[in-house]
Amino acid sequence: MSVDLATVKRVARLARIAVTEEEAQRMTGELNGILGFVEQLAEVDVTGVEPMTSVTEQKMRWRPDVVADGGKAMDVTANAPDTAEQFFLVPKVVD
Amino acid sequence: MTDLTSLTIAEARTALASRSLSATELTDAYLAAIDAANGTFNAYVTVTHDQARAMAKASDARLAKGDAGALEGIPLGIKDLYATEGVHTQACSHVLDGFLPRYESTVTANLWAKGAVMLGKLNMDEFAMGSSNETSYYGPVKSPWRAKGSNEALVPGGSSGGSAAAVAAHLCAAATATDTGGSIRQPAAFTGTVGIKPTYGRCSRWGIVAFASSLDQAGPIARDVRDTAIMLKTMASVDPKDTTSVDLPVPDYEAAIGQSVKGMTIGIPREYRVHGMPDEIEALWQQGIAWYREAGAKIVDISLPHTKYALPAYYIVAPAEASSNLARYDGVRYGLRVPGRDIIDMYEKSRAAGFGSEVKRRIMIGTYVLSAGYYDAYYLRAQQVRTLIKRDFEQAFAAGVDAILTPATPSAAFAIGDKDMNADPVKMYLNDVFTVTVNMAGLPGMAVPAGLSANGLPLGLQLIGRPFEEETLFKAAHVIEQAAGRFTPAKWW
Repeated sequence: MSVDLATVKRVARLARIAVTEEEAQRMTGELNGILGFVEQLAEVDVTGVEPMTSVTEQKMRWRPDVVADGGKAMDVTANAPDTAEQFFLVPKVVD
Repeated sequence: MTDLTSLTIAEARTALASRSLSATELTDAYLAAIDAANGTFNAYVTVTHDQARAMAKASDARLAKGDAGALEGIPLGIKDLYATEGVHTQACSHVLDGFLPRYESTVTANLWAKGAVMLGKLNMDEFAMGSSNETSYYGPVKSPWRAKGSNEALVPGGSSGGSAAAVAAHLCAAATATDTGGSIRQPAAFTGTVGIKPTYGRCSRWGIVAFASSLDQAGPIARDVRDTAIMLKTMASVDPKDTTSVDLPVPDYEAAIGQSVKGMTIGIPREYRVHGMPDEIEALWQQGIAWYREAGAKIVDISLPHTKYALPAYYIVAPAEASSNLARYDGVRYGLRVPGRDIIDMYEKSRAAGFGSEVKRRIMIGTYVLSAGYYDAYYLRAQQVRTLIKRDFEQAFAAGVDAILTPATPSAAFAIGDKDMNADPVKMYLNDVFTVTVNMAGLPGMAVPAGLSANGLPLGLQLIGRPFEEETLFKAAHVIEQAAGRFTPAKWW
């Protein structure tokens, strides 16, 4: 499978990365190089093989259902580019 | 007095315990070395002079009282991927500009709790995506190694290039690093240092900037096998904040060093003899085999038939996980924001300006392979192949193999700005061809220096072990170290 310029632009949109025409063209070549490389996986017989979900066989641990953390709104917002008190500020999304 | 920065952790530990050396003297020696040489190497992206001196002073107080921790007064460099409270933590990306965590990663907290001293944050490939440290927003790291008769600047490998260069140039006693596809073992091999990627789950990932969560694992790079064992002992822990960290006791890895490998079975996988591999890598491998034979180990040929599919499967799984993990960099919660005409435009512009081209490439691949209609063909199949890769190893271990010996990298270090590597992303990815299988299967892997190339550059061998049997690797790696000796670059800086 390979990607064309329109697909690269669509994927960039899905990934929320602005790309110029020139970048999209360059990426098309690079992405096709990588997709060509991974293409060899098609020759592996995976019939009946379970996809891996975890490298270690372990059960998820339970913890007591109690509040163990929180009350850190100022810490959470401390690194934001734009805030008002303990809120993140973003460009207006509704008129 | 000898140069204090030439002491290993084990040597410094003895001198500190006997009070013939103070933590402050040791830290000051490292800070002076960094101030003199970091302009040359670009290994540190920030140096925490004041914090280092304050930590050393506190160590001296504890040493005086006789309640020293396992790493009391030992000066360490920390990869920029680890969150350090109030200190530069940007995964060497522009997108995290100005980020100062309000928390400490579990691994670094473990180190400080045992008395270690932080010298600063180390350069790395942006978000740990790279094999040469050239994708860092802060520029490439220069290796302290040079080829015989050449002044050409070489890469220290990546992504933990700052860690490896700083250890090799004695700008820290040891360093933390991380390994998603080879990012501890490849730079260790390129710089004549020792690096171990422990079993997935051995160290907590909490507070380490996520790249590919099912593959990422923390580990140390140090000057010798013993120092690496000392570091891992403190770094490893079970952590309620990382549910994938394992609740198994952390062994005394140092105790394994010096134990005999007599009767141990070492597997030699035929699939690691790749096309175009230089003769000197093959010769190094044969030398390693000979050392183990002499030491009384049993050598057996084994087959890991799905080896060649590990790298392509990795380049689906890792970008897929990265595209998800890196969705959080949106210009809202931290780091860089570039204004836009609406919120989507702001996201797109911030991410376009904040991420470098390798990171963008991987996000794009990940987004594509996870997109509707392609998930089964790419991601699902890659995860099935991953099961097969792990099964190969399980069968070898079930047949009685205790550890597997392979080359660590397909070549010695290359030049900064290497035209071939930079023109073709896949060519750069091939650096990890021997290391990536280990991440895909979640196993422990260790790189140990074993010799020099014809032009005088370090070459490493890799040992792969059973899950949570890092002790076997320390035991086996020490045999190579004893036979090969240690490798230090001639000082030109």
